Amino acid sequence: MAELLNMSGIDKAFAGVSALSGASLQIAPGEVHALIGQNGAGKSTLIKILTGVYRRDGGVVNFNGAETVLTSPREAQATGIATIYQELNLVSLRSVTENVMMGYEPKRFGVLINWKEAHRRTREILSRFGIDIDVRAPLGSYSTAIQQLVAIARAVSLDARLVIMDEPTSSLDASEVEVLFGVVKGLREAGVSVLYVSHFLDELFEICDRVTTMRDGRTVDCRAIAGTTKLELIAAMLGRDTDEIAEAGMTEFNAGMSGAEKGDVLLEAQGVSTGPRLNGFDMTLRKGEIIGLGGLLGAGRTEAARAIFGVDRLLSGKVEIKGQPGALETPAAAIAAGFGYLTEDRKAEGIIPDMSVRENLTLALLPKLTKSGQIDRARERELVDHYIKALGIKTANMEQPIRELSGGNQQKVLLARWLAIDPDVLILDEPTRGVDVGAKREIQGIIRDAVARGVGVVLISSEFEEIVEGADRIIVLNEGRIVTELTNPGITEDALVRALAHTEGQAA
Amino acid sequence: MLDTDTFDLRKYLSRNPQSVAVWVTLAALILFGLLRYDNFGGAYNITSFLNYNSMFIIISVGMCFVIMTGGIDLSVGSVAAFTSVIAAYLSPYGIEVALPGAVLAGIGFGAINAVSVVVLRIPPFIATLATMLGAKGGALVISGAQTISVDWGSNFTKMGMEKALNVLPWSIVVVGVVVIVLWVVLEKTSLGRTVLAIGGGEDASTLMGLKVHRATAFVYLLSGGCAGLAGVILASGFGAGQPLEGIGWELSAIASVVVGGTLLTGGLGSVTATVAGALLLGLVFNILNFENGRGTISFSAYWQMVIRGGFLFAVILFQARVMAGREQRKEAT
Amino acid sequence: MTTQDTELKAQQSATFAWGPFLRKNGGLVALAVILVFNIIVTPNFLQMQTLFVNISQVATIAIVAMGMTLVIATGGIDLSVGAIMALAGALAPLIFLSEFGQANPALGIAAAIAVPIVAALACGLFNGILVANLKVQPIIATLILFISGRGIAQVLTNGNLQTFSNPSFSYLGTGKVLGLPFQGWLALLIACVLYLVMTRTTFGRYVLAIGGNERAAELSGGPVKRVKIGVYMICGALSGLAGLIVVAINSASDAARNGNLMELDAIAAAVVGGALLQGGRAPIFGAILGAVIIQLVKYTLLANGVEDEVALIAKAIIILAAVYVQQARKE
Repeated sequence: MAELLNMSGIDKAFAGVSALSGASLQIAPGEVHALIGQNGAGKSTLIKILTGVYRRDGGVVNFNGAETVLTSPREAQATGIATIYQELNLVSLRSVTENVMMGYEPKRFGVLINWKEAHRRTREILSRFGIDIDVRAPLGSYSTAIQQLVAIARAVSLDARLVIMDEPTSSLDASEVEVLFGVVKGLREAGVSVLYVSHFLDELFEICDRVTTMRDGRTVDCRAIAGTTKLELIAAMLGRDTDEIAEAGMTEFNAGMSGAEKGDVLLEAQGVSTGPRLNGFDMTLRKGEIIGLGGLLGAGRTEAARAIFGVDRLLSGKVEIKGQPGALETPAAAIAAGFGYLTEDRKAEGIIPDMSVRENLTLALLPKLTKSGQIDRARERELVDHYIKALGIKTANMEQPIRELSGGNQQKVLLARWLAIDPDVLILDEPTRGVDVGAKREIQGIIRDAVARGVGVVLISSEFEEIVEGADRIIVLNEGRIVTELTNPGITEDALVRALAHTEGQAA
Repeated sequence: MLDTDTFDLRKYLSRNPQSVAVWVTLAALILFGLLRYDNFGGAYNITSFLNYNSMFIIISVGMCFVIMTGGIDLSVGSVAAFTSVIAAYLSPYGIEVALPGAVLAGIGFGAINAVSVVVLRIPPFIATLATMLGAKGGALVISGAQTISVDWGSNFTKMGMEKALNVLPWSIVVVGVVVIVLWVVLEKTSLGRTVLAIGGGEDASTLMGLKVHRATAFVYLLSGGCAGLAGVILASGFGAGQPLEGIGWELSAIASVVVGGTLLTGGLGSVTATVAGALLLGLVFNILNFENGRGTISFSAYWQMVIRGGFLFAVILFQARVMAGREQRKEAT
Repeated sequence: MTTQDTELKAQQSATFAWGPFLRKNGGLVALAVILVFNIIVTPNFLQMQTLFVNISQVATIAIVAMGMTLVIATGGIDLSVGAIMALAGALAPLIFLSEFGQANPALGIAAAIAVPIVAALACGLFNGILVANLKVQPIIATLILFISGRGIAQVLTNGNLQTFSNPSFSYLGTGKVLGLPFQGWLALLIACVLYLVMTRTTFGRYVLAIGGNERAAELSGGPVKRVKIGVYMICGALSGLAGLIVVAINSASDAARNGNLMELDAIAAAVVGGALLQGGRAPIFGAILGAVIIQLVKYTLLANGVEDEVALIAKAIIILAAVYVQQARKE
């Protein structure tokens, strides 16, 4: 069968860092094709090249039998490729109709928008999805699930040959997912191809024909979904087989095997809720212990971290610190109580790019470095010097702007920011994301040493081996709720995957 | 199935609380004026009020488009001063030359803003600030810092001084037509919807395949053109090009736009509510004049600015509350 | 300055990297160029009188520009500086010309300086609360006082020009220390204090952190709201002080003209001095340099018979060029 889409040898680099190297993707007409891979595997980049958001550095894209170079989303839409992005790319202040029809409004006399017709068509399109809403209302007044379906409706209404869905079910409930699947099957019957990107592997078995796996910017596997298993897909995503992992550790961690007696309770959370993304979260963290938070994207791991650190307001539940009641209202209060929070998004919430390594490193420590408003600069230098050496931060000198450092070294500076406050509790959200293998092990070593000194760590990581080998206990979350708890020693990647798979089964 | 084909006034009102508030306040003020002052509803007051405020209406509407994209245009006052001088120089050739000439000059400044913002990626605030200074300097240079008298022999002064069919001043008729056209552009064309979409989310608009650059350039050209038209009315109404006028007009225009409920971050806005906002701010001044005329209390003219600022403050508090309410509702769902 | 910048960048010599040098020191190079030009072209440029005039003019711009620099460093902007100048300037004569002020000259002068500054601080507090607590965009938040602040000043004085003869108050604007204007020294003193604040104190560090990445600053425990309110209050107080100086120079307070268009000069000076509009940088001495450049350009054009109005166009070009170079540097 002739392929509808054939991408091969696609290369793309950002500022010299390779995001894709020789990636490829083939989709047949009327096929539902899954694209899977871990965070950072290059799925989003590949999609954005296909939809004209990015330009490729090399490679060939054949669509519908002709070689194509797409330079803008508009061109891609005109060519017959419609996309529903993971972050909802809609204008929530505008009406539902506008969001569905924008750029393709029915016109009178060729210029004036025929709103009546536009509203009518919008309702008609939405009714195919079983949605019956006031289309004049601002999109933002509806739930995320409705917004998601509106985005899908827009894409489908554009008479596309290929519809790309990036994590379309991440905010849908079970019945809405059924509606979506119905739409996808309808598209397939109409001869439209669907590229389906999802972390929820169970879904793929239900609606997809073939699956392409990406890892580290390359396409590593493409197979028919019939006759394959979920474990095989996960192994392909992670790039290893499970036996190998059991034999030798993948990380610097050896927690759960130290067997050391855990200390006093540092933190106790009971029934903490901050919204739909975190509901009834319980946790007890002791001195010298690592608790891993397991779960897929959007399971509520980051929300749990934010709740503990006083970023998000608690709607219910309570937090006790060293046996003292009282939730932390602000990050400043949390820091004063001995908490540190390494955020998931280093760029947006971590580094202050134009500030020096020194200033970035001591930011959280400032209140303790200050006497009557004045910073003790000698002590500041001494401390920074100590941490640069202790953590092996590679920087020209402590005055170098942090933006000039590599990702791994930036991350070490941020870790040092929190180690410097001499914390009791460290919340680490994806501490090794986007850093190279060497820095990864170094960072793991730093965490291990901190724990050995009695720090309690809450560890969130999409690198399964990190929490499998690092955590004393893993709390597995799904849709904002705790589903199970695993205890080391004895946790294997397999067991964690099974726990996740189990929750997925429930979700779908 | 819900019947949403028909326009539902009640829903519209509940969705646009601020538009409603502006129109109600405006009506209340007019009623207050009519009841309290004898000549308030007189032909003279209405004519002079509309004549003077037509300038502010048109630049406010131009500003409204810019703000809906999330931008700002600080150059409108200076551009109006510049184009009033151009109009005065062109007045011997009649309004049919002077009007398009001055509007084109305004669009020229708009083009500078558009290039700075769209091509050079300079923040709108700074780009239009520079144009503001440039236009102001330019106006003083071409006029020799003097007011430039118009040619009273031509039909130029008709625009600002005479009435169409003896009913409405020409200025407000022209402005009215332009405002209606712009209302249609905003409400009924893809261009208008794109302007709103950009303010609601520039990235999202690009990914939807909208012509973002074109629409952004358009709003600055439009705002420049509107300022040009205001310049023509200025020259025509006062019988002279006024290089020193226009100071603070941009801020009055922004105030009108904000009072009219347009979100400063863009994405929401209305031509009609902006017109109401401009009228409302103008009316406050008008009523103060009448109040002083009665001699019961003596408000100096300086109160005008204080009250305008107070209005703006009230509106901002209102907007902040509405936005906070929205956030909370979102959290709750 | 920047046309040369780009020209020279094009013909970068192999031995010395002119481009980066100019981009980093563009302000200083521009200053040097203007000075050399004046020494050659402008008659009587190298005289004490010229220096004196320029310093007394530049001090007010510089003082306000330093406040503006702090606000811009947090990613904000303050349009109300000119209006605050007018307000403070209107209050002072009202106080020392009052019966109380006449009866107690010393107390009167003290109050005539303290009360306007407190009023200016209150204006800054108002701006700060709107920006920090109500999350209003800075342009709009400060627009309120921009519009009504001058109105309040005019209401207080009934729009009258208040003239006075009060040597001790006028010292603020006409006094000499070591042969140079008092306000010049004052500006320098303020610059030194603010420089120390920005480099040595937690407050200064937080100002830059907020402008550099507000989320990160907050998550690292920075008191974001308090710091933001603080910078608007500092900017307000400095504007109030500048308003007093202008009144002292003229021995008259004109609420309609005091500080008119000062927000533009101050923003221009801050930007030319190297402040980034998106925040994160607070070059205090840069603000002074920017103020000096703007004043000198004005002076150069005036002294050489070019009309005042052309100076506006020159200012426009300077601002655009400075921001464009910033943008280019960022990318």
